[in-house]
Amino acid sequence: MKLNKNIAVSENGFIFNPLSGDSFSTNPIGQEIVRLMKEGKERKEIVSALMDKYATDEATIEKDLSDFFQMLFSYQLINEHE
Amino acid sequence: MNKRKVCVAVSGLNNIDSPGPGIPVIRALKESAEFDVRIIGLSYENLEPGLYMHDLVDKSYSIPLPSSGMDSLLQRLAYIHSIEKLDMIIPNFDAELHSFIKLGSRLKTEFGIATFMPDLETFESRHKSVLFEFGEKNGVIVPKAKMIYTPNEIYKVGQELGYPLVVKGKYYDASIAATPEQAVNYFHKISNKWGLPIILQEFVSGNEVNVTAIGDGNGNCIGAVPMRKLYITDKGKAWAGISLLDEELIDITNRVIGNSKWRGGCELEFIKTKENKYYLLEMNPRFPAWVYLAVGCGQNHPEALVKMALGLEQKPFESYESGKLFVRYSFDQIVSLSEYEKISTLGEL
Amino acid sequence: MVKLSYERPVIQKLNTGSMNKFGTRTEYAPFTHIDNVAVKDLIKDYGSPLFVISEQQIRKNYQQANRAFRTRYPKVQFAWSYKTNYLNAVCKVFHQEGAWAEVVSIFEYKKALGNGVPGNKIIFNGPDKTEEDLELAVNNNSLIHIDHFDELYMLIELLQRINKKASVAIRVNMDTGVYPIWDRFGFNYENGQAWNAINKIMSHPELELNGLHCHIGTYMLSAGAYGIAAWKLCDLAVNIKAKWNKVIDYIDLGGGFASANTLKGSYLQGSDIIPTMEEYADIISNTILNFGFKPDELPTLFLETGRALIDDAGYLCGSVIANKRLSDGRRATIMDFGVNLLFTAFWYNHKITPAQEFSHHTEDMVVYGPLCMNIDCIRESINLPLLNKGDQVVVHRVGAYNMTQWMQFIQMRPNVVMIDTNSKVHLIRDKESLETMLRYEKLPLHLEKIDL
Repeated sequence: MKLNKNIAVSENGFIFNPLSGDSFSTNPIGQEIVRLMKEGKERKEIVSALMDKYATDEATIEKDLSDFFQMLFSYQLINEHE
Repeated sequence: MNKRKVCVAVSGLNNIDSPGPGIPVIRALKESAEFDVRIIGLSYENLEPGLYMHDLVDKSYSIPLPSSGMDSLLQRLAYIHSIEKLDMIIPNFDAELHSFIKLGSRLKTEFGIATFMPDLETFESRHKSVLFEFGEKNGVIVPKAKMIYTPNEIYKVGQELGYPLVVKGKYYDASIAATPEQAVNYFHKISNKWGLPIILQEFVSGNEVNVTAIGDGNGNCIGAVPMRKLYITDKGKAWAGISLLDEELIDITNRVIGNSKWRGGCELEFIKTKENKYYLLEMNPRFPAWVYLAVGCGQNHPEALVKMALGLEQKPFESYESGKLFVRYSFDQIVSLSEYEKISTLGEL
Repeated sequence: MVKLSYERPVIQKLNTGSMNKFGTRTEYAPFTHIDNVAVKDLIKDYGSPLFVISEQQIRKNYQQANRAFRTRYPKVQFAWSYKTNYLNAVCKVFHQEGAWAEVVSIFEYKKALGNGVPGNKIIFNGPDKTEEDLELAVNNNSLIHIDHFDELYMLIELLQRINKKASVAIRVNMDTGVYPIWDRFGFNYENGQAWNAINKIMSHPELELNGLHCHIGTYMLSAGAYGIAAWKLCDLAVNIKAKWNKVIDYIDLGGGFASANTLKGSYLQGSDIIPTMEEYADIISNTILNFGFKPDELPTLFLETGRALIDDAGYLCGSVIANKRLSDGRRATIMDFGVNLLFTAFWYNHKITPAQEFSHHTEDMVVYGPLCMNIDCIRESINLPLLNKGDQVVVHRVGAYNMTQWMQFIQMRPNVVMIDTNSKVHLIRDKESLETMLRYEKLPLHLEKIDL
């Protein structure tokens, strides 16, 4: 799961895609996921990192992550999506 | 002389091709001879050009849309006031005026923030749908108009008003119909877009002349400058205009502002016929975007508004220069992404 | 290590022209308690969805409206509009406060009698009254408000046959500057129909014309229209006095005062634009007081206000069934209540708030109900926190019309509870069950056996 090149994420959750000129906002957990993606983490690793940190179950994270990736894909922030 | 410091919040920073009055009002205030004005911009969208005009706007805050309700607006204003200590707010955006009028007394008593606007009754009395009655009451001719709900009514009303007649939407859009069949067509076209009712209005031909004016709410017109558009954009907005020497128009304006006890700024739109009759087409309850022409002609209306709002004496202006032109231009500002990010994510800039 | 509470990740495009979070309509302030009772507990004890009625709010609304009118006009009588909400517990609160009953069918009429309302304190409105209904109303000395000439003639025949007198009023429709005119009920003022009906009634000794009634519309945003309506009824009353030397007892201005709900298509919030009860009271009272009645001939003012007295006393609590993503990328949330329970969702943008804490992050979404029907949409676009399956929400201002116009369609109607003024919860209508529905069905013998 690789974030496209040059995507900038600020501390405020502001994301800018220099390729398309679009800007986005995301919540703290979204920021965290994007950060993990930038570090090159795989989907599995992201799920387990979130499991460790947040009080929720794996099914919920899996479901929400799929939805989040779908949105990243539709916003052209990632190029592939399972 | 040390100028008195005042902090004024101004909305309508949308200085785009069809501009809001905010930036012209701010320019007028920045040129005040009596006040040293700190301007707080109030914005609805993150790309309102005024947000990025730091020589005119000292600090900006996003505020909730009128559709979110007065409570959330008041909450946001309270927050802004806690930081900026506002002396006054000048709202310039049509859709927000209703809320600000209703909040006026609370802003004054709870926060000490002044506004200078008509009361709700006077504000409502000049609505498009009741403008004819407004004209009768205040001594100005208004084209005859009738609200209709079905196309069947066109035939009867058409006989009363004669052809051609104007078919208008409740808020926007107008077409001139030469026959009842055309009127029926426009009825469907406009009502599909803007809903009911439709207003049928007597057609008046002539030149459009406009007045920017300000009243003290006690029946005195403090200032008035008439203008004719010289060139218009494809949206019908003035691109260039010239101030007129027209005593009759000033008399009519004095009468309308005086009789209606208008409080605050406004714009009156007239048609002057070949027979030199003036028909009032519309009264906008705020300064027009070309209000800075009044400053150029020697009447600083926004400054007068602040003075009256703060309870200072403001004598009526006695003269203005005619034959002054305004020629509008647009200008591309260069803005860094970080500024856009700031207003987008934090709501402050 | 203690784990952080979870919120699902969300990303939103900052569109040019779209609003930042300070510019969008946010309704996410959590609403966790109704009259000091936790929503969570209400749902645990009575199920989800659940209608909740605040007795305290009803009484407060009634007393405020009553005060607004009584401080301006000496003779005022409210009558509870049964069709707005005819759950007996609700009606009884209004009757305890002093409201008479206003009914528009024999079903409602009998409900009012059953609630202990004396016959002469029931106003019988509406276009549908049979001869049998009228006879019952005549025998109970109820106030019969005549809607059309057919009813008038039927009543005259009836009274002549049973040799009795009846107290009547006519319903008048008129132009009050608000369009479209509700001219389908009653007799028209402008074209003289109302005056004809009055003369017809006055020439019949078995009819006693005591009142004049109108009901100019619903959700009226213009208080001024009531001034015009009051003026026209006063005008009729004065003309009746002049021609027939008959003093009209009461003027009934009906209902139609707006509640703070926001109509679909309205740019501003309902609560920001509706007139206050004081404004309605002011214009109505001033019009009648200034009309020139002799002090002892001043008519009593009847009001049949429904919506404005009950709407904000009603809540609908519900739960999230599921979240999904629509084909165009919009978020959709499916609730366990739909238009089957919330009929008013067809014309209001109801305020929906979560019943538990959330972060300030929100998402624009469509809110659907549970019905497997495309029309079942509660809000086409609303900004809400990141709701998860099982989260609870509260829909506000649902007291008017929903508990009378609800449909038994696909789902059954849920429990209705009332929270009394001591925060004690009472079940006032049991949820329906399969048995409720089957009780009225009959099956032909030959269809009993199936073999699949």
